[in-house]
Amino acid sequence: MLAYIVRRLLWTPVLLLAVSAIVFALGHYGPGDPVEIQLGQHYTEEQADRLRESRGLNDPIYEQYGRYVWNAIQGDFGESFKFQGRDVAELLGPKLKVSAQLFLAASVITIGLGVPLGFYTALKQGTWLDPAIVSGSLALNAMPVFLTAPFLIMFFAIKLEWIPVAGWGGFFDTRIILPALTIGLPGVAVFTRIMRSSTLDVLGEDYVRTARAKGVHEFVVNYRHVARIALIPILTLVGFSLSGLLGGALIVELIYGVPGVGRFTLDSLFARDFPVIMAVSLIGAASLVIANLVVDILYSVVDPRIRYQ
Amino acid sequence: MSLPRENPGTTRDHVTSGTSPLRQAWGRLRRKKIAMATLSIIVVIYAIGVFAKPVSTHSYSRTDLSRTQEGPSADHIFGTDRLGRDIFTRVVWGIQTTVILTVIAVGTGGIVLGVTLGLVAGYFGGKTDALIMRFGEVVAAFPSILLVILIAATLRPRIVGWTRDFEDWSNFPDWSPVGGLVESGFVDYFVVTIALLPFAWFGMMRLVRGQVLGIRNADYIEAARAIGVSTPRLLFSHILPNVTGTIIVTASFSMGAIAGSELILSFLGIGVQPPRPSLGFMISDVSGRGSAVVSVMQNHPEQLLAPIIVIWLLIFAWSLFGDALNDVFNPRTR
Repeated sequence: MLAYIVRRLLWTPVLLLAVSAIVFALGHYGPGDPVEIQLGQHYTEEQADRLRESRGLNDPIYEQYGRYVWNAIQGDFGESFKFQGRDVAELLGPKLKVSAQLFLAASVITIGLGVPLGFYTALKQGTWLDPAIVSGSLALNAMPVFLTAPFLIMFFAIKLEWIPVAGWGGFFDTRIILPALTIGLPGVAVFTRIMRSSTLDVLGEDYVRTARAKGVHEFVVNYRHVARIALIPILTLVGFSLSGLLGGALIVELIYGVPGVGRFTLDSLFARDFPVIMAVSLIGAASLVIANLVVDILYSVVDPRIRYQ
Repeated sequence: MSLPRENPGTTRDHVTSGTSPLRQAWGRLRRKKIAMATLSIIVVIYAIGVFAKPVSTHSYSRTDLSRTQEGPSADHIFGTDRLGRDIFTRVVWGIQTTVILTVIAVGTGGIVLGVTLGLVAGYFGGKTDALIMRFGEVVAAFPSILLVILIAATLRPRIVGWTRDFEDWSNFPDWSPVGGLVESGFVDYFVVTIALLPFAWFGMMRLVRGQVLGIRNADYIEAARAIGVSTPRLLFSHILPNVTGTIIVTASFSMGAIAGSELILSFLGIGVQPPRPSLGFMISDVSGRGSAVVSVMQNHPEQLLAPIIVIWLLIFAWSLFGDALNDVFNPRTR
C-alpha cells in the first residue's frame, strides 16, 4: 500500500512535466508572436530585439522550457503577455479563488442531489419511478448549458425575481446559485447512475438479507447496512467529476459573467497569452492528479478489501 | 460478454443456437422500446445530416437583409436570423457538420486508435502496456475540454498554412473534384478531428484493455497460439470478436460526448469555420457569445432553440441508446 502511494507520488511530477511540455510546445509552435502581442502592430526592430532579449526568447526552446519549469516549481509562472508587468500568479490568484468557490457549490449540488436520487431509485427498482428518474437525470445531463442557463435565469431571476441575473458576490451570495446549478446539474446523472447500480449490488448481498431476516428495522438496514457500503464506488467518481466541472465552468462563467478562471482562460486563449494558459493547464492538471491520488488512498482506507499492487 | 443468455421463460425469444452473438444482441435490443425509440431519433438526425442538400429549403449562406429576424412562417419554418438567412437550412447543414465530425472522430480515435491500442496493451502487457497507459494518463490529466481547445486554437493556423503551401505547390484546387482543401472546409474537419482525437481514444483503450486482460489467458487463445496463429490474426480475429460488445457500447457513449465537445469548440469559434454552418457557431452568433442568451430567448426563442434542441436530442438519444446497448451486452451490470 505504502509502496503504491510512493510510486504514485513519484509519478505525479513526471506527469506534470509531460503536461507542461505539451502545452509549452503548443504555445511555442502555435500562432502569435509574443512580441507582436506585447508591442502591437507598430514597433521597431530594435524594440523587438530588446524585448526578445529580456524575455530570453532568442534562446533555444529547451532552455526556455527548462527555465520555465524551474521558475514554475518555485511558484513563478512568469509574466503575462497581455497584461504587461503583471505576474501570472498574481493575475490568476483571485480568479482561482472565485472558481474554487463555484466548483465547491457545484459539487455540493451534483453530489447532494445525485447520491440520494440514485439510492432512492435503487430502492424503488421495478416501479415507474426508477426509469423516470434515470431518464430524467440523463436528459439533464445531455442538456447543453446554452439551454440550462437561460431557462434558470428566466425562471429564478426574471419570473420569480429571487436572484439577481448575473454577477459575482462570493460563496455566500445568492448569485452563486444559478451558475453552480448550471455547472452541477449535468453531473447529477452520473452520480445517480453509479449510486443506483452500487446500491442494487449491495441490496443483493447475503448480509443484507440476513439483517432483514433478523428483523432489523428497514430504515436501519437501508442506511447502516446498504448506503454506507454503496457509497464506496462514489468516491472514485468525485475525482473524475472534477474534470467535468472544470470543462463546464468555461462557458458557464462566460454566460453568467463570473470573474473566474474559465472566462479568464478563454480570454487569454484568444489573446494568445500563453504564460496564463500554461499556468491554468498546469494548475488544472495538478489538482486533477492530486485529487485522484487522494481518492485512491481514501478508497483503500474506506474499503480494506482493496489492496493496490 | 456477449454470450447468449438462457431465457427459457419467454416464448418470444428468437435466440436460437447457431445465430451469431451480434444477431442475438440485436434480437434483445429490438425488444427494448427505449432503444428503438432513441435509435430512430438518431437515424432521423443522421439522415438529415447526410441528406442536408435535398432536405434544406434555402441556401445556408445567402443573406436577405430585407427579411431579417423573422418569426417562423411557411417559407422559413424556423424563421430567419439577423442576416436574413433561413434558420432551418442552417440547422440542417449544422447537423451535417456534427454528423461528419462525430463519425470521423469516433471512427478514427475511438475505434481505430482506441481499440488497436487497447488490444495491444492488454495482450502484450509489460512495457508496451505501461507506455500506452502512461501516455493516456498524461492526456487524461488535462481538465477535460481544455486540451481539445488548446490543440484546436494553436494548430489550426499552422495546418491551414501548410495546406495553403501544399495547394500552391501542387495546384491542387485546379484538378481536385472538391476544389481547394481550405475553401471546401476539408482542413477544418481535419483540425477539429485532430483536436478531438486525444479526447476520443483513451476511454475506449482502457476498457478494451481491461477486457483483453481478462481473456488473453483463456484456453482457446492458448490453443490458437499453440497451433501457430500469427499475433495480428490472434488479436483481430480471435480476441477482437469477444470485445465487440464493449466497443459498441463505448462508441455509442462517446458519440454523444464528441457531439458535445464539437458544440463547445464551434461555439468558441475554433471549430468548423463559417460560412459552413455548425450548431455551436449558430448558438454563439445568435447569443453574442453567450452574453445575450436570455434576451434572445425572450425575443427570438426559435433562433436559439432550433440548434440547441437538435443537439440536446442527439446527445440524449445517444446516451439512452448507449444505456440500452449496455443492458444488452453486459446483462450483469444492470
